[in-house]
Amino acid sequence: MEIIKTDVAIVGAGGAGLRAAIALAETNPKLRIALISKVYPMRSHTCAAEGGAAGVIKSDDSLDLHFGDTVGGGDWLCDQNAVEYFINEAPKELLQLEHWGCPWSREPDGSVAVRPFGGMKIKRTWFAADKSGFHILHTLFQTSLKYPSIQRFDEYYATDLLVDDGRCQGLAALEIRSGEMKQFQAKAVIIAAGGAGKMFPFTTNGAIKTGDGMALAYRAGVPLKDMEFVQYHPTGLPNNGILLTEGCRGEGGILVNKDGRRYLQDYGMGPETPVGQPVLKTMELGPRDRLSQSFWHEQKKGNTVSTPWGDCVLLDMRHLGEKKINERLPLVRDLCISYLGMDPVKEPIPIRPVVHYCMGGIHTDIKAATPVPGLFAAGECACVSINGANRLGSNSLTELLVFGRRAALSAIEHLQSGLPASKDAALSAQAKASEDRIRALFDRSAGAETVAGLRKEMMHTMEENAGIYRTGEELQRACEKIAELRQRYANLALTDKSKVFNTDLMQALELGSMLDCAETVAVGARDRQESRGAHQRLDFTARDDQNFLKHTLAYHHPKEPPRIEYLDVVITKSQPGVRDYSGAKK
Amino acid sequence: MSEERQIQLEVLRYNPETDSQPRFQTYTVPCVNEWVVLDALNYVKENLDPTLSYRWSCHMAVCGSCGYMINGEPKLGCKAFIHEYGDHIRVEPLAHFPIERDLVTVVEDFIAKLASVKPYLIPKEDKPISAGEFKQTPAELMKFKQYTLCINCMLCYAACPQYGLVPEFLGPAAISMAHRYNQDSRDGGRDQRQEVVASDEGVWECSFVGACSEVCPKHVDPAGALQQVKVASTIDWYKEHLMPWVKK
Amino acid sequence: MSRKPYIREISKTRWFLRQPRYMRYMAREVTCIFIFAYTFLLIVALARLSQGPDAFQEFLNALRSPLGVLFNLAVLIAAVYHSMSWFNVTPQAMPIQQGEEFVPGSIIVGAHYGAWAVISLIILFLGV
Repeated sequence: MEIIKTDVAIVGAGGAGLRAAIALAETNPKLRIALISKVYPMRSHTCAAEGGAAGVIKSDDSLDLHFGDTVGGGDWLCDQNAVEYFINEAPKELLQLEHWGCPWSREPDGSVAVRPFGGMKIKRTWFAADKSGFHILHTLFQTSLKYPSIQRFDEYYATDLLVDDGRCQGLAALEIRSGEMKQFQAKAVIIAAGGAGKMFPFTTNGAIKTGDGMALAYRAGVPLKDMEFVQYHPTGLPNNGILLTEGCRGEGGILVNKDGRRYLQDYGMGPETPVGQPVLKTMELGPRDRLSQSFWHEQKKGNTVSTPWGDCVLLDMRHLGEKKINERLPLVRDLCISYLGMDPVKEPIPIRPVVHYCMGGIHTDIKAATPVPGLFAAGECACVSINGANRLGSNSLTELLVFGRRAALSAIEHLQSGLPASKDAALSAQAKASEDRIRALFDRSAGAETVAGLRKEMMHTMEENAGIYRTGEELQRACEKIAELRQRYANLALTDKSKVFNTDLMQALELGSMLDCAETVAVGARDRQESRGAHQRLDFTARDDQNFLKHTLAYHHPKEPPRIEYLDVVITKSQPGVRDYSGAKK
Repeated sequence: MSEERQIQLEVLRYNPETDSQPRFQTYTVPCVNEWVVLDALNYVKENLDPTLSYRWSCHMAVCGSCGYMINGEPKLGCKAFIHEYGDHIRVEPLAHFPIERDLVTVVEDFIAKLASVKPYLIPKEDKPISAGEFKQTPAELMKFKQYTLCINCMLCYAACPQYGLVPEFLGPAAISMAHRYNQDSRDGGRDQRQEVVASDEGVWECSFVGACSEVCPKHVDPAGALQQVKVASTIDWYKEHLMPWVKK
Repeated sequence: MSRKPYIREISKTRWFLRQPRYMRYMAREVTCIFIFAYTFLLIVALARLSQGPDAFQEFLNALRSPLGVLFNLAVLIAAVYHSMSWFNVTPQAMPIQQGEEFVPGSIIVGAHYGAWAVISLIILFLGV
């Protein structure tokens, strides 16, 4: 097996991975950086983010307000020291992107424009029309081309971390085009491989969002944190889950039920605000968890519109007018016309909540470091946690930048800490074990299990039992089913036995990652007997700060369900309070 | 939901380990009319033939992974609607690129070309982050915004006959990206890019067929960008040779 | 090594038959030959003129022959197609930005047709 020696290996070349790579290259041009990704960088799912990135820049805004919106939005499950670091760094990172050429939308005077988003007291979302993630990703990718020390390994799939002597010292990866395994020996590894939304059938996430990075760390002994918190975005197209950005509502779009009533006022987010004049932090600009939950109640009451694609509510943007929609929401208009055959300029668009984002992920501290020395994580795959129980819209793009860079700086500190020499034989043995694990998938003769079959059962289980509202009984069922699927996965055999670009193999490996992640969601949710943010229990409807103002930590076991531990939330200046999104609040 | 319809999906197959050359394989796929061709491929992958290989991810025409030749035309699989086709749809890998396997092409050449034009901001003036943003009016933004929309899907390379005939040609997307930065009010790197962009393999290899712009799923209009680069390069030449007293 | 990328050969002589848009392009390019031929004809006209009135008259007579008329007609059609195909792409090559908006392509194309008409009228006027 070929051995590739490098200083820092980064798994994932989306927003966080690219930001980390650039930070490493800028800080020390002598560092050898291996940027490893299962897709070409510009295919990473950062490109699908639409609305924008939050950072305090305008004079009417303040860091304290951003802090309050984030912590309250996260239902006080955020680590407040991490949030403080995050909001402090946010404006610098967004300015840095501006200096790298990001085409942010502008005010007439040439300064950067901001737009309102849900759950925000002051508008502070930097945006590039409704293609913000796309522009951030391409700006980072193109900027990364400046640095010769960033060596890219495009279309390499990381299979296992190499952990020896208590330190992470590299990883094994499959070169997809040749089917050959490679051993990367690195002094530090940063995982920036995105979320795991594809464990659900109806999601805004692309095909590549299969939790590989999370599973990679999890299998190496790092706990996954707060995985039970899965964000539903309130406005997805009903037929295929394509995201319509929160910017639709930020610009003034309204949500109505089948009777034309702006039903959010019935769920603690009223009174009604004038159409086309959105008021911050209330009605349509409430937080995502509340909006998605309101949909569930409307559906139960029979107030939703039936469409060929299931029950929906309507997102009405007609009053914004063609000019504003074209300027601020061109992609949204294009997506509605292309995929639904409906023009938001002329008619209300049926939408429903759709799985969007994993608040949970690889357990890291405020410095993006995991408990395993030499292993760092950033972006959606990580849980710092700044997102708590419900992520504030437009914090995730900023998070990529702030913690992508932070992970790079921490990796450099680790490199400078006087590391002992690595034992080649031990690392090679681990890489060989990883290769053997994959070889076994080829050698097994075709059994009853298929990738598509198991994946379908997993998705169905998650949707049925771990959705917007959950019960202990359903979650127990999900735990049992996922455990069963994990066992059956051990008998999976490949149909495709070839080496070159074997996507049957890729999907099998991705399914393994998703099953690992899905089990932590189900077990974490079953054991969290309270309702908080995106985790809502019908059998435990109240938030329980006495017992559950804690992070869930799930530890991997090769055959058994994960072991669950809890960790106290870091509270610095904001004691848990009431999340008030009514317009009547002070 | 709209009615179902059976289509014959004819897909180019090539497995380098067993095939000496590509062949076609036809699948019968029950399609819902609102499907895109990518959905039909996914149906095949999940239900009929797990060995079929192709790239895809976002299913919303922004990641640029799923470019294929569909009935001979470069298209994104996720934006080629079944209802726009008859009952027989032929899917091939993007033209002008070597076939790695099935619908997967080797795209290293494009990536290298994109990198060669220095597609990043080379600022006119140094400015520390603490001094805030570079000011840029909405009009200045509009000047280049269209060219920022390129998703690197490479449909333009598959459409460009010149790239097919002269593989050294820098090609539509790479030159458009250079133009995007040249037109940016914050940028001062045009001279550095011209060396590659205005070379023989650069913009002068373009004969303005215009196919790139016709197939671009994001309406970037690379053909327009290339002609503008030609005009600007020509003006450079005249200034240099006929009016040496005029400073650039 | 299991990789063996397959390269599809492209015919150097028949590539433009693959696509209607390639054929339209070739048609545009082929019109150059007619433009070239007409330019050559003008040079011949000058040469004949220099040889005296008789020679020039002979040349004019040749132009009035059915073959001459046919040639002129073919050149006219080719020139019109050539000009139109270029007029139609001028907004791409020479966009004009006013404030935030770009001047609509139809106006730029229209201006070219307008200029064409005016120049043609002037030539007609001078000729009559």
